[in-house]
Amino acid sequence: MAKDEISGKEFKWIGTTPDRPDGLDKVTGRARYGADFNLPNMLYAAVVRSPHAHARIVKIDASKALALKGVKAVVTRADLPTGLTGEDLYLQENTLAGEKALYDGHAVAAVAATSQLLAHDAAQLIEVEYEVLPHVTDVDKAMAKDAPVILPGCADHSVPEGSAPNVARMIEFGRGDLAAGYAEADLVREGHYTTEATHQGYIEPHAAVGQMGSDGKGEMWVCTQGQWYIRKMCSAVLGTDPAQLRVTPSEIGGGFGGKTTIFMEPLPLALSKKAGGRPVKLVMSRAEVLRATGPTASASMDVKMGMKRDGTITGAEVNFRMQGGPFPGASPVGEALSCAFACYDIANLNHVGWEVLANRPKCAAYRAPGSPMAAYAVESLVDELCRELDLDPIEVRLKNGVKEGVRASYGPKFKKIGLAETLEAAKAHPNYAAPLGPNQGRGVASGFWFNHGGETSVSLAVSEDGTAQVSVGTPDIGGSRASIALMAAETLGIAYENVRVNIVETGALGVNEPTHGSRATFASGKAMWEAAQGAIKEMCKRAAQKWDIDPEAVTWKDGAAWPAGDNAGKFEPLSIKEIAGEMGKTGGPISGHHESTPSGAGPSFGTHVVDVEVDPETGRVTVLRYLVTQDAGRAIHPQYVEGQYQGGAAQGIGWALNEGYIYGEDGRLQNTVFLDYRVPVASDLPMIDTVIVEVPNPGHPFGVRGVGETGITPPLPAIANAIHAATGARLRALPMNPPAVLAAIKAKG
Amino acid sequence: MVEVNLWSGLRKFTDGAEIVEVEGKTVGQVLDALIATHPGLGPVIEAGISVAVDGEVITGGRQTPVGEDSEVFLMQQIKGG
Repeated sequence: MAKDEISGKEFKWIGTTPDRPDGLDKVTGRARYGADFNLPNMLYAAVVRSPHAHARIVKIDASKALALKGVKAVVTRADLPTGLTGEDLYLQENTLAGEKALYDGHAVAAVAATSQLLAHDAAQLIEVEYEVLPHVTDVDKAMAKDAPVILPGCADHSVPEGSAPNVARMIEFGRGDLAAGYAEADLVREGHYTTEATHQGYIEPHAAVGQMGSDGKGEMWVCTQGQWYIRKMCSAVLGTDPAQLRVTPSEIGGGFGGKTTIFMEPLPLALSKKAGGRPVKLVMSRAEVLRATGPTASASMDVKMGMKRDGTITGAEVNFRMQGGPFPGASPVGEALSCAFACYDIANLNHVGWEVLANRPKCAAYRAPGSPMAAYAVESLVDELCRELDLDPIEVRLKNGVKEGVRASYGPKFKKIGLAETLEAAKAHPNYAAPLGPNQGRGVASGFWFNHGGETSVSLAVSEDGTAQVSVGTPDIGGSRASIALMAAETLGIAYENVRVNIVETGALGVNEPTHGSRATFASGKAMWEAAQGAIKEMCKRAAQKWDIDPEAVTWKDGAAWPAGDNAGKFEPLSIKEIAGEMGKTGGPISGHHESTPSGAGPSFGTHVVDVEVDPETGRVTVLRYLVTQDAGRAIHPQYVEGQYQGGAAQGIGWALNEGYIYGEDGRLQNTVFLDYRVPVASDLPMIDTVIVEVPNPGHPFGVRGVGETGITPPLPAIANAIHAATGARLRALPMNPPAVLAAIKAKG
Repeated sequence: MVEVNLWSGLRKFTDGAEIVEVEGKTVGQVLDALIATHPGLGPVIEAGISVAVDGEVITGGRQTPVGEDSEVFLMQQIKGG
């Protein structure tokens, strides 16, 4: 049984592992995902997409499509309002191209018809005349001064004069004296690393049903990580009033950050408005998802570090270049810089980053955005230094690792954190001592993510039978309904089964940010706890009324109101069921709510240890064993925390070994289906061992830290380090697929 | 007075100063004072930044209290997945 280290009380529900409340619906097919919504009189939509990476749109002729019987509406950019600026303009531009198509797959027009087949036929009949322009998809080539210009005038205040035309943003920060740091070192090394864009790879493609009348009032059912963001962004793109759009989230088949924004969602609404308010359904194909929804950035990175013979890191710097597609603000280069050295206490540091535009889809957040790429570069170089100086990689990380009170590489001092505990857990695990055979190697890496609070609104209502419903606005992508129900049960003193957590639509609560930044269990859980305090206070008041004593003389314990002490009087406790059963006669419904932007989201660190075997003849890498140790603060539902760790590792293994966008010379994406864009499947993976480290976060009533993102950060370098240990070949570019590994082995000689 | 630490790319707006002192009892007051004393920071702050106060990254909350001894850092805006 888990214990509250602050109160010393043992938890009854926290730390247990009951079945998830949404589990039965999911395994029996009752759960309704985005594509499962259907309405009477519904139309079906299809999208016309650019076959060119960069092209001026000369003319769009939809007359043949509109002449088909059953075709009810076509929308192009001409149907959308003008005058938008900043991110709103970029969202609109990405929804439907304006003067130019900016990447292969960029939406140009959309059509709604009475059947899906007819909509696809009609889309084929929409004639688009293009003037093909030169394109650039490679991040370094996009930074050249003579590169094709994607968005003239994209640079913000930070970009030095005379920079290349596709540079949108430049970031620099650091501290100390680098030259002195390197002079102090016994070994200084530098390396150049590249990572390809990878997609979040969620199983469920984007899907939405939208309905909007000529009065601008509308409704949408959609798979999303954030229904309020859908409302805000669609309204901005369409020029409508957000309050008049009601957005209901469906069950969600994965998001990983890719569903925190909009891609096609305004289109069903625009088509519906043009089709007399009939609902319109739009479901993306896998190829559309890969071509036109947010992958993460591709990166080109230089790292330099100095280390003493005893393992002390004396100085370090990075220069990162990342493309985030054709619009400013989408690349995670700022986050990458801040994460690069977040695990280390280094006196002399410098970080430089460049955001670059390219003819690729608009990037979206992907699980710890920027951190995996940064870790790949930095943790690979740390490994090189350790090997050259014959130092144990865990001991070096323990020696230099950040702890409470240390100033982070990005500025402020850390509060209570658990990096050292994850390193000690990895060192003590049997995997770290397991014997290795021929062609086998072991790699270690650590990783970091900030975690996030964000705008949050929660309500909790007590039912007539003493059960409780919690309404939250953060879609459940990782088991948060279970974790919030456990925390509610613990707080109220009732059974887990007597709590129902509902993910509600935009009309039911105040604004909520999406489920992003590993915040759902932290922020919605913290707000639920506050809301529950409100309900408990009211229940104590009702008991006080009944007993005719002061409400302050009533306390809440084990699901019942009790006299606070002997002085309060002698009364039998009143259970939540008894209080709730009478609430209609004692003052009306009992509920609590809480709205805030909570701070205190403690950062999470993790350490991974991986063993691989490399086939020297083919370059194929087999992951033999894998260990994740990560600080969860407090694991509310340990199985789902483990699931997050394992999922992060699995995605990271895919990113390291196989996944990557492949563009042809023509600037078109070559691998647009899962047969060619190869995510790892169960047979590619070993059992992923986990150790849940718990260093309670003082910023949460139960000590929770977000656990969703850190787990994808260490796998990229950990596997690269293991491959080097197995073969002696250092791979500084991802993915490390068999041809790349074989070439590196041969190059080594 | 509150000391605000800036990332180096912002120092061109503060005559090279890495740390700027302003009056303010909340995050919002500190940011407003920064813009008032160094107008070049206005577009940067309005475009979206994160602020760390005593080790806590404040993503909203202009009302968050700031003490005279508080350690305040301006940071790149952080997004999550």
